Amino acid sequence: MSSSAVLLQFLNGLAGASSLFLVAAGLSLIFGVTRIVNFAHGSLYMLGMYAAVWLSARIGFWAAVPLAALAVAALGACVEVLLLRRIYRAPELLQLLATFALVLIVRDLALWLWGPEDLLGPRAPGLAGAVEIAGRGFPEYDLLLIALGPAVFAALHLALTKTRWGVLVRAATQDREMAGALGVNQRWLFTGAFTLGSALAGLGGALAIPREPASLNVDLALISDAFVVVVVGGLGSIPGAFVAALLIGLVKAFCIGLGYSKLTLVVEFIVMAAVLVLRPWGLLGRAQADVRGTWTDVPLRRISQRSAVTIAVLAAALLALPWISGPYPLVLLTEILVFALFAASLHLLMGPGGMASFGHAAYFGIGAYAAALLFLLLHWPMPVSVVAATLAAALGAAVFGWFCVRLSGVYLAMLTLAFAQIAWSIAFQWDALTGGSNGLVGVWPPEWLSSRTAYYYLTLIACGGAIAFLWRIAHSRFGHALRASRDSRLRAQAIGIDVARTQWAAFLIAGLASGLAGALFAFSKGSISPETLSVQRSVDGLVMVLLGGVHTLTGPVWGAAGFTWLQDSMARSVDYWRAAIGGAILLLVLTRWQLSR
Amino acid sequence: MKRTILFFLAFISVPAFAQTLKIGELNSYKVFPAFLEPYRKGMELAVEEINAAGGKVELVIRDDGGTPGDAVRVAEELITREKVDLLMGTFASNVGLAVSNLAAQRKVLFLASEPLTDKIVWENGNRYTFRLRPSTYMQVAMLVPEAAKLKKKRWAIVYPNYEYGQSAAASFKRLLAQAQPGVEFVAEQAPALGKIDAGAVVQALADAKPDAIFSALFAADLQKFVREGNTRGLFRSTPVVNLLAGEPEYLDTLKEETPEGWWVTGYPWSALDTPEHRKFLEAYQKRWNDYPRQGSVVGYTAIYAAAEAAKKAKSRDTEKLIEALKGLKMSTPFGPIQWRALDNQSTMGAYVGQLSRKESRGVMVNWRYADGAKFQPSDEEIRKLRKE
Repeated sequence: MSSSAVLLQFLNGLAGASSLFLVAAGLSLIFGVTRIVNFAHGSLYMLGMYAAVWLSARIGFWAAVPLAALAVAALGACVEVLLLRRIYRAPELLQLLATFALVLIVRDLALWLWGPEDLLGPRAPGLAGAVEIAGRGFPEYDLLLIALGPAVFAALHLALTKTRWGVLVRAATQDREMAGALGVNQRWLFTGAFTLGSALAGLGGALAIPREPASLNVDLALISDAFVVVVVGGLGSIPGAFVAALLIGLVKAFCIGLGYSKLTLVVEFIVMAAVLVLRPWGLLGRAQADVRGTWTDVPLRRISQRSAVTIAVLAAALLALPWISGPYPLVLLTEILVFALFAASLHLLMGPGGMASFGHAAYFGIGAYAAALLFLLLHWPMPVSVVAATLAAALGAAVFGWFCVRLSGVYLAMLTLAFAQIAWSIAFQWDALTGGSNGLVGVWPPEWLSSRTAYYYLTLIACGGAIAFLWRIAHSRFGHALRASRDSRLRAQAIGIDVARTQWAAFLIAGLASGLAGALFAFSKGSISPETLSVQRSVDGLVMVLLGGVHTLTGPVWGAAGFTWLQDSMARSVDYWRAAIGGAILLLVLTRWQLSR
Repeated sequence: MKRTILFFLAFISVPAFAQTLKIGELNSYKVFPAFLEPYRKGMELAVEEINAAGGKVELVIRDDGGTPGDAVRVAEELITREKVDLLMGTFASNVGLAVSNLAAQRKVLFLASEPLTDKIVWENGNRYTFRLRPSTYMQVAMLVPEAAKLKKKRWAIVYPNYEYGQSAAASFKRLLAQAQPGVEFVAEQAPALGKIDAGAVVQALADAKPDAIFSALFAADLQKFVREGNTRGLFRSTPVVNLLAGEPEYLDTLKEETPEGWWVTGYPWSALDTPEHRKFLEAYQKRWNDYPRQGSVVGYTAIYAAAEAAKKAKSRDTEKLIEALKGLKMSTPFGPIQWRALDNQSTMGAYVGQLSRKESRGVMVNWRYADGAKFQPSDEEIRKLRKE
């Protein structure tokens, strides 16, 4: 690269970093104060874009930007007051489920309001052209963005360090219970933080419209970027988010400038994995104070006699089903069983292990790919491929888990996500082996297993057995050690439990079970593609576990059944089926919590 | 008791409706709504026309969720519960391939209307899968003569980083090198689909000082690329050849940003004045009070293809439908096409032309129809790829 090219890519990186910072700062603020992992942050950004495009056509771009930010802020305030406020004291991560439901609803709402086509916004009046820098044209508007990032940073920093409100926010970020005990009105503090965070998301979206069209896929594309920035910088740290946004913006620009554009698929996750391995709390973050009063208060009950009877009856019914049902229920149940095992394996980590995983699809996908590759390339028989694939997934989990158990909380969750994304990008990119984005086809079971009934029985026995095994583990010596490690690291160590090793073993077992689910999935579909280890699959797993209830043993299985059934039936009968699923989840979140209180 | 009667009724009524063709359509309606809403309108128009003319077509539409795993389940539901006579649809290539693979396993006809991947009729092609749209290879081949006519030596390439983009870039490099020996490819940018960092990409392309650019970008990536390129002056003296950019779905969103003179494939609906198209256009506008997009034509034609195959086969039996579809000649809004017996690919073509701005709207000019039959590799090559 010539020196002028370096300079321009540097400026490109700065412009990208500024817009990334706006969104990430809001997310970080919300997380710091409320401890909510706000999945809907990308949706707020998307709404900011649509609102700004719509308003620009009516009142002009410059008036539209602040108005769009205000509108999104108002919406954020409503969400906080009407929805999140009701569930702050619910088990942790249930709020995550609520914000996930919002993602689904907002996307369909935007489709309904603004239609399916991408909306390209206007150029910014007055800054529509380019200025000459080092002999090349550089957009004037990008210069404004470059200036705006640090300006917003300075304003936020001043507000947090010099105002009373900022002091209270920082107090709540460090120890929200103590802040409450000292008489701080948490309600308004939370509402304020959420509103400001939403405003920043909306502003980020509105400011992006001269550079990119408002489209329905922005939300999820953006949220992963924003999460990465927040985590790399250190949760709750605004300066951290600023540094991380700069780092990632520049790394991306130079990947492209140096001709490694394919790396942009995954480079932010590589950065995140590296940072978390070296600095477990991000670049400028500090160890999180424990949040008191979460699910760890709820002991894991053994399966009661009554529910044991229910399960036995259900198992008998499932065994008898092929005699009374048509073929489609078998297809659907095969899928439900596979996902039940997937959810149960994730639950081992999240429930007894206390380690939320945002990248559980990695092991599912490794299992699926290993099974397909052994079957297609080495021509191993299907049963051998499945067993070997299960072991391969456990191996993957062992490698990823070894790094993850050194972390805790959301950092651990984000490291699992980073590893999953790296695994995903390998499957996506390694055309010669994995078939790239198209994946692999022709993964069918042998003749004697190929009927829908035979495969259903195979899945029923394999998944049923594996789920029973996972349930038993929760109350084995190992399960006790795992829960002790979750509830109190120090005390567990004091009675001789090797916490890191116990948690690592949990990763291994969860990987094993998840890999089995993945391998069975591959042969039930006849093909696999990178979506088997995508973020979406991991999020689905989380939703299943949280829907069923993370503090129960059987819950995740019901969650998997409910979610899969809901998707299947909603997609068939309702036009805006994503919103319908989101609505159903919200309803469950609200009523469930209120019932179990 | 009631159920028994219903069951009986269902049984009795079968012969009466024996000629109704039941089409099971699955597509990613909520993931790619910009393309698939017009597609759906095209299908519904065709069904209404056929049934009004005395035919009997029933269309069952399902959302496939946009992932191969869900799509396979939905296809199973259409096969087992709805008992459809054939499957139709899919958009993304990985979903299309997964459903095609299932169709071969369950021995059901699958009319892949949208997916562009070459593999669905070549490497992974099977007896049960037919594909309507011109493939990635065909559309690249249609553009290569125009690219060669530009007589530019140094080419830069930009494409979304997944199979469609990769195979478009590979085909372009191979075909252009054949058509114009000595051509050089000086830069290659492959941003992730939907996540192009347009400023940096435009800059990197400009740094390579190419004489011309080949792009396979579409949708939001294309819009970002065009705006950044316009602002930074990338296109001022560098001609561009861009797959798909003339399709109304993608062109219409560019509005006053529409770059002048780009060579593209697409569908110039407002200027296309053949009798077949006029008839389609009038019917579509009357029914939907909207103009047709590329997707509308694909959906409309796919339904007609299924109906004509059933008419020719005089049966709904899968094997007979396959025999009927192989070599079937039919008329479409784009003119006559044939379903190649060799690889189950239709010869539907695309319009090759240049982009231009007309009253702050993008249009295609200097266009001509590129007949899909003429942009194919040799039969030998295809047989080798299909391993037949």
